Amino acid sequence: MTEAKPRYLKLSGLEPLVVTPESNFVNVGERTNVAGSKKFLRLIKENKFEEALDVARHQVEGGAQIIDINMDDGLIDGKEAMVRFLNLVIAEPDIARVPIMIDSSKWEIIEAGLQVVQGKCVVNSISLKEGEEEFVHHAKLIKRYGAAVIVMAFDEVGQADNYDRRIEISKRSYDILVNKVGLPPEDLIFDLNIFPVATGMDEHKRNAIDFIEATRWVRKNLPHCSVSGGVSNVSFSFRGNNPVREAMHSVFLYHAIKAGMNMGIVNPALLEVYDDIPKDLLEHVEDVMLDRREDATERLLDFAESVVGKARESKIDLSWREEPLQNRITRALVKGIDQYIETDVEEARQASAKPIEVIEGHLMTGMNVVGDLFGSGKMFLPQVVKSARVMKKAVAYLLPYIEEEKLLNPQQGDSTNAGKILMATVKGDVHDIGKNIVSVVLACNNYEIVDLGVMVPPEKIIQTAIDESVDIIGLSGLITPSLDEMVHLAKEMERKNFTIPLLIGGATTSKAHTAVKIDPQYGQAVVHVNDASRAVTVVGDLLQKESSGRYKKAIKEDYHLFRDKFLKRAVQKEFKTLESARANKFKIDWDETTIVKPKQLGIQVIEELALEKLVPYIDWTPFFRSWELHGKYPDILTDDIVGEQATQLFADAQQMLDTVLREKQLKAKGIFGLFPANTINDDDIEVAADERYVFRTLRQQLKRREGVPDHALADFIAPKESGQQDYIGCFCVSTGFGTADLAKAYEEQLDDYSSILIKALADRLAEAFAEYLHHAVRTEHWGYAANEHLTNEELINESYKGIRPAPGYPACPDHLEKLTIWDILGVADKIGVKLTESLAMWPAASVSGYYFANPEARYFGLGKIKEDQVQDFADRKGIAVEKARQWLAPNISED
Amino acid sequence: MVMIKDVLQKKILVLDGAMGTMLQRYKFKEEDFRGERFAAWEHPLQGNNDLLSLTQPEAIAEVHRKYFQAGADIIETNTFSGTTIAMADYHMEDLVYELNYESARIAKKVADEFTRKEPHKPRFVAGSMGPTNKTASMSPDVNDPGYRAVSFDELRIAYKQQAEALLDGGSDLLLVETIFDTLNAKAALFAIEEIKEERKIDIPIMVSGTITDASGRTLSGQTAEAFLISISHIPILSVGFNCALGASQLVPHLEVLSNKTEHAVSAHPNAGLPNAFGEYDETPEQMAQQIKEYLEKGLVNIVGGCCGTTPEHISAIAELVKQHEPRTLITQNV
Repeated sequence: MTEAKPRYLKLSGLEPLVVTPESNFVNVGERTNVAGSKKFLRLIKENKFEEALDVARHQVEGGAQIIDINMDDGLIDGKEAMVRFLNLVIAEPDIARVPIMIDSSKWEIIEAGLQVVQGKCVVNSISLKEGEEEFVHHAKLIKRYGAAVIVMAFDEVGQADNYDRRIEISKRSYDILVNKVGLPPEDLIFDLNIFPVATGMDEHKRNAIDFIEATRWVRKNLPHCSVSGGVSNVSFSFRGNNPVREAMHSVFLYHAIKAGMNMGIVNPALLEVYDDIPKDLLEHVEDVMLDRREDATERLLDFAESVVGKARESKIDLSWREEPLQNRITRALVKGIDQYIETDVEEARQASAKPIEVIEGHLMTGMNVVGDLFGSGKMFLPQVVKSARVMKKAVAYLLPYIEEEKLLNPQQGDSTNAGKILMATVKGDVHDIGKNIVSVVLACNNYEIVDLGVMVPPEKIIQTAIDESVDIIGLSGLITPSLDEMVHLAKEMERKNFTIPLLIGGATTSKAHTAVKIDPQYGQAVVHVNDASRAVTVVGDLLQKESSGRYKKAIKEDYHLFRDKFLKRAVQKEFKTLESARANKFKIDWDETTIVKPKQLGIQVIEELALEKLVPYIDWTPFFRSWELHGKYPDILTDDIVGEQATQLFADAQQMLDTVLREKQLKAKGIFGLFPANTINDDDIEVAADERYVFRTLRQQLKRREGVPDHALADFIAPKESGQQDYIGCFCVSTGFGTADLAKAYEEQLDDYSSILIKALADRLAEAFAEYLHHAVRTEHWGYAANEHLTNEELINESYKGIRPAPGYPACPDHLEKLTIWDILGVADKIGVKLTESLAMWPAASVSGYYFANPEARYFGLGKIKEDQVQDFADRKGIAVEKARQWLAPNISED
Repeated sequence: MVMIKDVLQKKILVLDGAMGTMLQRYKFKEEDFRGERFAAWEHPLQGNNDLLSLTQPEAIAEVHRKYFQAGADIIETNTFSGTTIAMADYHMEDLVYELNYESARIAKKVADEFTRKEPHKPRFVAGSMGPTNKTASMSPDVNDPGYRAVSFDELRIAYKQQAEALLDGGSDLLLVETIFDTLNAKAALFAIEEIKEERKIDIPIMVSGTITDASGRTLSGQTAEAFLISISHIPILSVGFNCALGASQLVPHLEVLSNKTEHAVSAHPNAGLPNAFGEYDETPEQMAQQIKEYLEKGLVNIVGGCCGTTPEHISAIAELVKQHEPRTLITQNV
């Protein structure tokens, strides 16, 4: 006797989760996701797994029915972190009771996760993106491990962004998974891609309604499966306006759930109760969601301003002005309010015996609060920099009085600083945003900063350190040649018998490089410090009179151990010879490739581009990162921890950007050229510009998995022997003209915050210019992707065809190639961007690179190379092998 | 050849009782465990019951025979610890294939004797795959909860070797049993799926978990239903519970399985809970009385005994099941 049993999605942790038609919407907790939570990312990076467990526990206690765990971050060993975290989660019954969603874009991380969880998990996610074969392979393994799976509406062509495509892909995926692989249909969860509405672009109008209708179709036509999605995407256009966003989320969910969406990631803090949405707002939001009127977006935008305006009006509260003097000064420093500081400081001065007492008393009391809050993670960098601005104004106000006092009582010395620190960006390097931030934060903590600026020659650093008898030297650099400069400076300090500690910071520096290359050169303490908050503690420990000896010894030992460990680990890597790597190059079937000839060959100069055009191309995420606020834009604006600060910083940036645009404070200049080219002798690209030039590319040599090719950029250009004429481009853009003057003007007004802000903005605009120009090249000047239509998000995700790698970056770490680009285009003469002796670009806010148009072209990391390639490279380039070795040093394998 | 899944549709099948309890009756000494072949083995071997399949094969065959005589339809091979992981205690990792192969061969030979005699009652051999002595989702070190003494892949490889030998030796089905950590079982099931694909055969699989105590959970913390969901991706013959508890204490957990699964349900409980001396003293009649509740409630399709049970217990159970209809099997409409 048999009877039919209904098929429900069933998952398990220590306890079951069965999703029936009667179940409420299943909410997936996503705070344990390094991409979604800055706090979680930080805890994982800092190896604080115990604390990271609390994040998971918090979510389960908060009602998450599934927890999504994601360790995809460039700086984390994702597989190791996933396994380690899961093992700890499993040991906590109050967390492990719910099922786990193993979230990664890397299959090896997903598989490692599946191997350590006893319950039935959800794999997040698979799709047809990489083709059917891989899709089937992963699905079969998922079946064997026993997990449900999120299937993204994504295929070989791209991400589904309309109704028909969503249906086409989900139908195809379903057929393959259920009929070919034999996965139970109830184990399939379709993520049909929630995209923003009300973006102002016509093609986004139906984003919500298409999702909802596709959901309805899937639930009706693909029996037993579920539909999921990340809800906050839908309201991206209204970030910063939470009342509208909250309403948008609940309206979207209301309709999507009715259509059959039964699972998803929703931030409960950003959700209004549907019935509580004011009627007028509801109508406007529904018009947009359901695409009910032509002018729905404009109407909602207008309406939204009134909503956000209301929320803001009530915010200004001046009651703190009634409080005692010290409270007011502390508050002004903590909140970064400079409006009343001079009045308050004057009051304090009159109440004190000597003006210096105001600094040592009132102001330092306030700054100590700032320091404590920052140290405990309750204040963030942009706030601290604003505090510093207030502090500087206060000190500037007091200075004349202090000078006067000195004249009256000349026997009294200067106020004692906690210590004197020399800060410099090394020779050949022009990047100073990070260095300036660290300087400001240290200054806030009562250290005297001697800032030598950028491109500082070593002799000057050494001499200044002696003359000023500084207590610490801090070096910064962003480009790879700066690493050698730092090594050189450490040697010089040793030679001159320095005894003061050396701090190393900047984007290309690392603890590994510091431990292996710099520390052995200098007998005294060398510390790698990559963020401002750590700089304060490290400097404090180094200068602490009683315990610094012990601390320095511990540091030395730590770096010694780290070095040993690092070197031991490095030995295990295996390499191929250059010859065998060449034999295993990335192969493109040139007979089957149609090469598009650029519409206009030769060089074109963009004398001045309207900056407004660049705004839509700005990728804000790195902007926040430069302020040590981590998280993806725009999610970061609503982040639990840094959201408020990010929103404030973003508002300041927008305001400055408006001024820059309105007053044309910066100049955008660019140059690019498109030329016939062919690959010759495996790794060289011959370019036919006004004369013959050759780009030398480098090839991966690290032994990797069977079947994985060893890339060089030359592989993306047709070789001469193919008989096909191919093309290459190169470019340089800059938005840095004017930045230095603006920054200097701000500094003169004691406004470091704005000075750093303008530099960070200029950097973003330069990147945006590179993105803008690449788009123009793809669609017009070269025209190989004339029909391309991408959203800003897709641009940032680099979902277009062709690449624009930059010399000095992972695919082509050799900075020397910039010289060739400068020669071919005449960059310095035509647009004025110069190269320093370390081949950094000046002004700093500049980007240069190549254009490769082949659809197979992709970004890769060269990794380490061996001596044979260094030799070969030197021969090809016609330079001494020592010179090649020096420039390629960061990429040469040690063993 | 008669297929076990067809027989299951028609009647309740009886599984055998304890092997260890029966072997204790022989009072084997160290030299009996060693036999001639392992006389010079460098490590003590007493207690390595699996080894007796090589050194005392007659005793093993005799125990199997007694259970068939008592009315069992299925007997388990003497291979509870037959993995490289569990055999490491005796430094006998290299003998794992032979141990499993021989144990299955002995059992199959006895089963064939009985099937030949009574063709209307076909007898089956279940290759027994124990939990090993390591856990993949728990740390043995209380101070380091993230540590694991064994990985999924180590288990998968060990189980695969055991399963292949059991099948080569003639097992009709495989019994992944006494599962106290579901992740270990998932590794075993993963290995069996690999064999099915490689050999292009179907293998009936019985899965049997262990609820360790009154909390109603496995040692690794799962409830009965969570355990069931965690192994539901594999097309199995039956799912059930064995060991740790006596027959009555298993009832609520069997009810969960019976309500939630479309597969057959099995149970082979201990002869009660151990007494102060660690002995099981529940009589065959007492145990049968409790098993009666399973049958009246229609909870099971396969029933037998674990620790402390003897041919007498199995005989009492076999008599009992004759009077009852098997639990209704539910199939999914695809």
